[in-house]
Amino acid sequence: MELDPRIPAGPIEQRWDNCKFDMKLVNPANKRKYNIIVVGTGLAGGAAAASLAELGYNVKCFCFQDSPRRAHSIAAQGGINAAKNYQNDGDSIYRLFYDTVKGGDFRARESNVYRLAQISVNIIDQAVAQGVPFAREYGGTLANRSFGGAQVSRTFYARGQTGQQLLLGAYQSLERQISLGKVEMHTRTEMLDLIVIDGRARGIVTRNLLTGATDVHIADAVIVGTGGYGNVYYLSTNAKGSNTTAIWRAHKRGALFANPCFTQIHPTCIPVSGDYQSKLTLMSESLRNDGRIWVPKKIGDTRSPQTIPEDERDYYLERAYPSFGNLVPRDVASRAAKRLCDEGKGVGPTGLGVYLDFSDAIKRLGQSAVAERYGNLFEMYERIAGENPYEVPMRIYPAIHYTMGGLWVDYQLQSTIPGLFVLGEANFSDHGANRLGASALMQGLADGYFVIPYTVGNYLASNKFDKVSTDHPAALAAKAEVGERVKKLLSIKGKRTVDSFHRELGKIIWDYCGMARTEKGLTEAIAKVRALKAEFWTNVNVLGTDGELNQSLEKAGRVADFIELGELMCIDALDRKESCGGHFREEYQTPDGEAQRDDEAYAYAAAWEFAGEGKEPVLHKEKLTFEYVHPSQRSYK
Amino acid sequence: MSSMKMTLNIWRQKSPADTGRMVKYQLDNVSEHMSFLEMLDVLNEQLIGKGEIPIAFDHDCREGICGSCGFVINGVAHGPRGGTTICQLHMREFKSGDELFIEPWRAKAFPIIKDLVVNRSAFDRIIQAGGYVSIPTGSAPDGNAIPVPKKESDRAMSAATCIGCGACVAACPNASASLFTAAKISHLGLLPQGQPERYDRAVKMVNKANDEGFGGCTNIGLCEAVCPKHISLENIARMNRDFTVGAWSYREATGDGGGA
Repeated sequence: MELDPRIPAGPIEQRWDNCKFDMKLVNPANKRKYNIIVVGTGLAGGAAAASLAELGYNVKCFCFQDSPRRAHSIAAQGGINAAKNYQNDGDSIYRLFYDTVKGGDFRARESNVYRLAQISVNIIDQAVAQGVPFAREYGGTLANRSFGGAQVSRTFYARGQTGQQLLLGAYQSLERQISLGKVEMHTRTEMLDLIVIDGRARGIVTRNLLTGATDVHIADAVIVGTGGYGNVYYLSTNAKGSNTTAIWRAHKRGALFANPCFTQIHPTCIPVSGDYQSKLTLMSESLRNDGRIWVPKKIGDTRSPQTIPEDERDYYLERAYPSFGNLVPRDVASRAAKRLCDEGKGVGPTGLGVYLDFSDAIKRLGQSAVAERYGNLFEMYERIAGENPYEVPMRIYPAIHYTMGGLWVDYQLQSTIPGLFVLGEANFSDHGANRLGASALMQGLADGYFVIPYTVGNYLASNKFDKVSTDHPAALAAKAEVGERVKKLLSIKGKRTVDSFHRELGKIIWDYCGMARTEKGLTEAIAKVRALKAEFWTNVNVLGTDGELNQSLEKAGRVADFIELGELMCIDALDRKESCGGHFREEYQTPDGEAQRDDEAYAYAAAWEFAGEGKEPVLHKEKLTFEYVHPSQRSYK
Repeated sequence: MSSMKMTLNIWRQKSPADTGRMVKYQLDNVSEHMSFLEMLDVLNEQLIGKGEIPIAFDHDCREGICGSCGFVINGVAHGPRGGTTICQLHMREFKSGDELFIEPWRAKAFPIIKDLVVNRSAFDRIIQAGGYVSIPTGSAPDGNAIPVPKKESDRAMSAATCIGCGACVAACPNASASLFTAAKISHLGLLPQGQPERYDRAVKMVNKANDEGFGGCTNIGLCEAVCPKHISLENIARMNRDFTVGAWSYREATGDGGGA
């Protein structure tokens, strides 16, 4: 299979404009003749559904939650980047592009990243116009703060709830289109398969989570914006329902899955407290604007943090990375925390924690100023950890937060299945091997508001569509497979709960394909995941029936897919014999413990093809060329 | 780590048609660090082990922001702590030996689906009635083109933090959706971007809430007391003002079609 990224010609600044001009248009009166399916209602899916409906297309939109407003984008805290340069501090589209390519450790596609930086400014305008209440200065202008991997203040925010406010903006636009009859919304409905007819994506099979009914939906194009797969680790900052099923089913129908091992471990999360733990809670990266990260210099120091004198503390990020300090990128900060905890300097009951200390900021700014910036985060910490962070430093530890990998897409966000477009975290495209903070919201909205409305039109205008009915043989076959699978899950009646399998999978992937990876560990992990898959399909216990709300059954289907994806992640991590961004192979590191890339051999996106059950996946490579930002050893010193 | 024993009386209802009943469960070894939902996870794992159908409840982010979770504990929506959702309520708020009564939101406009899960789609329909700014993608001016006074922006943000969980409705003796509806009317009505549709929006959303079967507001204030985001009653006053202005000045749109 030849991977054609369809990168437009010309200087990078003109590529998107050229592309927009070259793409075919659907005239306004013809748009209502086309039907488009959008799966997922987060920033990417919600924005796409609303924008396409505004253009006049007929949209059917799906989410598994009870309302589109609950998509996991809602939980994003810190902010959204945009190259507005409102602060007059030297920002530009080119700088945001540069920072993002570098932050991704030179494993992203330059043209996509440049377009993202260009579009970033339109997103802020759109959100403000929708009534998103971004933080403002006393003069009424928009406020900014800094995020990791940048030396300018380009992050727009709405307290610690930026994702919530941006999602509500998209959600409200979507609800408006629903009320106008342009979007047919299906809540509590899950996509369980993709329907491919004559090589093109023509529909999906869904299951109604309340009645168990499986249905076929046919369209001219299918857009998937179903988020990332961090829950493969069981414990992550993702919502409990976040899952890989939509993209994994599409993968098994022919869409290549790119860079599955590129996962992001966020340095500042509340540490694990017990084996009943169901998820991990993020403490926004924005806290690193004012919080200082440290551990005691002495190994096994159990004194309470306030009593440890200044000269017995190691502010290790400020020490090792003076120019970026506490605002180094996430992968760098996470690995540093792990290294110190491995040395025995970790704090808290488990020794897996470091301090995030606000006492200097409180002294400098006063408690009320700190509360205004981070109040809701401090409250959340207090509720979960039972300690008051205004008095005692927070304890934090890295946790899985985001997945850079996803379905391979070209410049027009089309997967390797024509007519299947993939947006936001669900695709692989813009963040390389490490995403910078406040860039996920930017990418989701860029894809949904400002890329897909053009590129899907180009696809529709460039192709002829035969009429397909819901009883087309391919649709009926996909529907029957979905039904068989559900029946199978209910019929096993084994001895273990779905959650117990999920926890075991998560532990394997975290131990061997988490913050540090080795050839030996990954090889072992692959064998363990295969054994777990075999046990799952013979020993899982799913009670209840198909014809009702059955949350165990929903989880079972998702965990079955996570197991298969977990194996592919390990295969990908094993194959990539270099370290880059969040992918850290212990065998490949610089003398001071930083990721050691091998650009000669691995400057490519690894796109995996599903070759059939029980067969080894086939690797395809999209070579990455860097014409503008020349690969170098990333330095944040 | 201290281990607590809890007695849980939980509403079990197989389907919308089922009458439903309280069922008593004993749970030992509850850690004070568990969240309330993690305790239910543990109970569910035990129930599955015994071949019993686990308790259904809505939940997703478990960070208090998605608004999926919520039920009533001993008569109080989202439980005793105040200013939190159930998912962030930790067991350290309770004592060993406590007996708790756990029920779904109860309101005519939120029909029960199963156990603790209710249908809150009426909230989406209230937003559909006017809870937006009509601004198609691509037609926005520069973000700094219209300065917004910080105070107004902050007030709008405070209203906008509503997570749509439905606790306000569950707590209200009238099952009124006024706090939810008012939060959106205030959020958009306080900002310059929301002005063109401000009064129409208030009229349409309030009427829709009434049509959905939510009750009226009689200024009891339980909604504010249980709101996990501390949405203020002041918003209801603002909604009433905007509704009044909108109702007095309401005119049908004129159908003056295009020329040329």
